[in-house]
Amino acid sequence: MTILSLEGATTLAAEGAGEHRVLIISLFTVFVLATLGITIWAGRQTKNATDFYAGGRSFTGFQNGLAISGDYMSAASFLGIAGAIALFGYDGFLYSIGFLVAWLVALLLVAEPLRNSGRFTMGDVLAFRMRQRPVRTAAGVSTIIVSIFYLLAQMAGAGALVALLLGITSEAGKILIVVLVGIVMILYVAIGGMKGTTWVQMVKAVLLIAGTLLITVLVMFKFNWNISTLLGAAADNSGKGSAFLEPGLKYGVDAMSKIDFISLGIALVLGTAGLPHILIRFYTVPTARVARKSVNWAIGIIGGFYLMTIALGFGAAALLSQDTIIESNAAGNTAAPLLAQEIGGGQGSAGGAILLAVISAVAFATILAVVAGLTLASSSSFAHDLYVNVIRKGKATEKEEVAAARWATVGIGGAAVILGVFARDLNVAGLVALAFAVAASANLPTLLYSLFWKRFTTQGALWSIYGGLGASVLLVLFSPVVSGKPSSMFPGVDFHWFPLENPGLISIPLGFLLGWIGTLLSKEEPNVEKYAELEVRSLTGTHAH
Amino acid sequence: MATASPPPEGTPPAHWSDAPTAVVAYREAQESPEFGELRKAHRSFAFPLTIAFIVWYLLYVLLSNYAGGFMGTKLFGNVNVALVFGLAQFASTFLIAWWYSRHAEAKLDPKADAIKARLEGDA
Repeated sequence: MTILSLEGATTLAAEGAGEHRVLIISLFTVFVLATLGITIWAGRQTKNATDFYAGGRSFTGFQNGLAISGDYMSAASFLGIAGAIALFGYDGFLYSIGFLVAWLVALLLVAEPLRNSGRFTMGDVLAFRMRQRPVRTAAGVSTIIVSIFYLLAQMAGAGALVALLLGITSEAGKILIVVLVGIVMILYVAIGGMKGTTWVQMVKAVLLIAGTLLITVLVMFKFNWNISTLLGAAADNSGKGSAFLEPGLKYGVDAMSKIDFISLGIALVLGTAGLPHILIRFYTVPTARVARKSVNWAIGIIGGFYLMTIALGFGAAALLSQDTIIESNAAGNTAAPLLAQEIGGGQGSAGGAILLAVISAVAFATILAVVAGLTLASSSSFAHDLYVNVIRKGKATEKEEVAAARWATVGIGGAAVILGVFARDLNVAGLVALAFAVAASANLPTLLYSLFWKRFTTQGALWSIYGGLGASVLLVLFSPVVSGKPSSMFPGVDFHWFPLENPGLISIPLGFLLGWIGTLLSKEEPNVEKYAELEVRSLTGTHAH
Repeated sequence: MATASPPPEGTPPAHWSDAPTAVVAYREAQESPEFGELRKAHRSFAFPLTIAFIVWYLLYVLLSNYAGGFMGTKLFGNVNVALVFGLAQFASTFLIAWWYSRHAEAKLDPKADAIKARLEGDA
């Protein structure tokens, strides 16, 4: 589950030291230099707000589909799911499916109307028919909180992970990595805006798919392209027999963990279509029809990727001993790099060293592309929703707006670095699941009501956003994610009373319910004119930006 | 209440003004039979299908949780019901994406284009 449980994480580090390290650092450097080059090129073409926020709306469906995949597939899904399958077998695979099915919500209900009626941010659509200032504020707060939680988990994870891959054990070294990742991320976004970020995400998606495909082909070749042989070898080598191929090893431990998995599953499926860094990607294409095409590409690419993680995860279980995987990282996060080393010829071989370096570089690219997307989403919302529409009441010039977005990037990126440094030894991986839960509880209800419910009012929107947001954050604060368990963020203290790690089961229905009750109890009438405009524009694309 | 909703706080964002279609035109368009058909073609397809794939996914999660014996049944070699069920989730996701896109191209896009052309031509 976590990128950060690094107890006994020295095996790979010791192996990584020496010849691997030079190769890995070279590949990291090549990636950073190449992507910074792209960023500078993109920065030169970024002249107005549409360029900065939406990449000039000039990307094709395939390009945006790739970038969405690059934005969405984090290190947690690349290394985390492969590792979870390697250690828990079937339950790791079970975990991956919610992330894919979720895209249908985006495709059928959100992507096209959002593209048709919004301009740059999620707040554009949420506030369309409402009183601007309160709803913009709520949308901005929710966007920034979701993105910061997600970002924090990625930043802290990045420090730990890169340190592990490079064999860095000193605290100063780990801090340096978090700071360097932060600086590169800020440069991507502040200079390149959406155009630069999109290209970084596209490059990353290609590298990730190519790297995963290579390992998958090598694994399947080893098992004569027979999935049953692979599964059998994994089950035998795991020491758990056929239970390894059945649900239950991770999520079926007791009655509560089963309910927790239902809660997580619902949050994953409903959260994706409410993640601000995903939503803003739909603005980078010229029309809603292209937005639809890009979601279709993303579903194909992400689905193909998760199918390949089956080969990676079970391949690691079949070819490596459980002890080797756990010794390197208790959560299995290094299972994929270890598998790459093994399948390339094993420790000490040139092939093993090269494949280990390649997969490590892919993981690094993955982290950078995801944190850049998150930083862009939060700085866009800060500048466009909070600064221009709330603080300046819509009276800022375009130049001022882009400048505000660039400075917000530096500010939010800087804050993420500082938080990431402090959180580097805390177990913050649970924050990703929290980000999905907030997105599903606060953002999705408001989006769906706004687009499809005639009576929805400002009060309903505010109750739904703040209620869903508050409920999910509070429940997590008093859950085992934060305190009371060895795997908690603060394992030394115990103030938890909410038994589930994921709040979705409670907070998502609550978000929908509050939006409904808030609307019914509203004293103000819904704005029928604005709803007519929103509904017609969202379904037809009339006067879309 | 017959009173209009209170005026929005502050000035509307600049982008509203570059949508010159008048308020009346949007109200008329919204109430037109053509738009009613478009709305129905979207909602009657997307809403039930969304409920269906969420129920289908929850069924998978619940069976994984509470029907371990059934899910562990081996079908051929080491491939069991659980794996096939999981792969079926992939298949259904791909299929629904394709089906919706086909529906949208055939039934939604032409209707949307006609209304858009009329409204933008009016302005």
